[in-house]
Amino acid sequence: MLRVTGLEVSYGSIRAVQGIDFDVREGEIVTLIGANGAGKTSTLHALSGLIPSTGSVELEIDGNRHNLRGIAPDLRVGLGLVQVPEGRRVFGNLSVRDNLLLGAYRRKDDLTKDLENVFRLFPRLKERLNQRSSTLSGGEQQMLAIGRALMSRPRILLLDEPSMGLAPLLVREIFRIIQAINAEGVTILLVEQNAHMALKIAQRAFVLETGKIALSGPADELARSETVKRAYLGG
Amino acid sequence: MTFFAQLLQQIVNGLALGSIYALISLGYTMVYGIVRLINFAHGDLLTIGAFIAYFCLVALGITPLTLTIAILLAMAVTPLFGYALERFAYRPLRDAPRINSLITAIGASILIENGLRVVPFIGTEFRRFPTMTTAQWILMQSTDEFGQLIKVTISQTQLLVFFVAALLMGVLVLIVDRTKTGKAMRATSFDMKAAALMGINVNRIVSFTFLLGSSLAAAAGVLFALSYPQIEPYMGIMPGLKAFVAAVLGGIGSIPGAMLGGLILGLAETLTKGFISSQLSDAVVFLILIVILMFRPSGLLGKAVKEKV
Repeated sequence: MLRVTGLEVSYGSIRAVQGIDFDVREGEIVTLIGANGAGKTSTLHALSGLIPSTGSVELEIDGNRHNLRGIAPDLRVGLGLVQVPEGRRVFGNLSVRDNLLLGAYRRKDDLTKDLENVFRLFPRLKERLNQRSSTLSGGEQQMLAIGRALMSRPRILLLDEPSMGLAPLLVREIFRIIQAINAEGVTILLVEQNAHMALKIAQRAFVLETGKIALSGPADELARSETVKRAYLGG
Repeated sequence: MTFFAQLLQQIVNGLALGSIYALISLGYTMVYGIVRLINFAHGDLLTIGAFIAYFCLVALGITPLTLTIAILLAMAVTPLFGYALERFAYRPLRDAPRINSLITAIGASILIENGLRVVPFIGTEFRRFPTMTTAQWILMQSTDEFGQLIKVTISQTQLLVFFVAALLMGVLVLIVDRTKTGKAMRATSFDMKAAALMGINVNRIVSFTFLLGSSLAAAAGVLFALSYPQIEPYMGIMPGLKAFVAAVLGGIGSIPGAMLGGLILGLAETLTKGFISSQLSDAVVFLILIVILMFRPSGLLGKAVKEKV
């Protein structure tokens, strides 16, 4: 579904991502784990087209192959590649309802079913519909950020650190919902520092270290590997 | 009584001038809200609007109908200049340090002003802007202790200013609050990258903002020319600067702030003219700017901006 080859991102003379290759297959949950500054967010920003990059990013949707080079971020959303950014970044000056409606900005069809679907996953959002999103708690904002992204009917959802800053109970809740979204047919690329949880729900994983892929393989295998345990799982 | 009548008269005049400032100020504040740029060429869009209406009125003669046509024409054509300004001067610099686009804005302003001066059919001379009537209505009248008649009046032009300004601000608020594009504008001003990630074509939203702002500036230009019926290529500088002060006073980035700031500034200017000295009125306006920057830089209705990490 997504094939990344030789992806490089540079900020001036700093090469944040140094030619990485990875792929995500249809229906999978794939996780990209790594420490702070390993290049995870840069990779996702490049995939969404927010920052310039070199290398190739290919998206295959229903047998149609799209080379994403030079395609603007908003058009990538139209193709089905949607990102939930790090730090949630909900529109704090707008209501929960307006945030959700903006998620569906490019769509012109009926949104009733999609809204129902979001409320089924996140009943809390329905109660807060008319509230300004800046008044939501961190967990609720994360739910809104995911719900907002779902409104655009993504085929592949890029999630950047959805567990960041959340209480452990909420982290489990968010990961359960990610699995539920995946079960409904949305392919997931999950970027996480919480490697423990990410490896639990993912089928495959890539470990990013200072801009390069250090390890890759089935998630359960990586979870057992000594290097990963030492570096990312705390023992 | 005399004082009271004078005060009331200056308030009427001040609110009329203030509504014009408010219209201009909205353009500054919306553009700043979206791209964090002070568009110093904004005042010159007012000049362009006034000239478009001028040629239209000279060609057609002035009647209520042709005036409406002139205002609409100015509001329809001026945005093309605003669009071009954004597309060719500011957009290439969007990711450059902010000072670059600020300097470009000043350059663009000088370019438009002097560009208009060399256009043969505009030139450097002052032209008389066609006006309708000097009809005015008496709001209040009485006689003072010497038997002299004192009146508080509102002119037809002032009424027109109030009406057009209120109508346009109402429409603007509806667009920004209720429409999908308006919501996308607010989302983009809150977080441009997140807006792009939601599938919003950010460039189109920025263009739309410039179109809206220029259109309001054009309307303000026509109203300004009707109130002070003399036009020339530099005419936009002072009202432009004052509307900028109004935007800062109200809290730049805030739409209600721009409206409030415009009205306050119009009042401050005419009250100074009426009761202190007409030479001092401009000084008072910029004194307000200095005071607001010293004591409340985020303006009356603006929020203190936290630097994003």
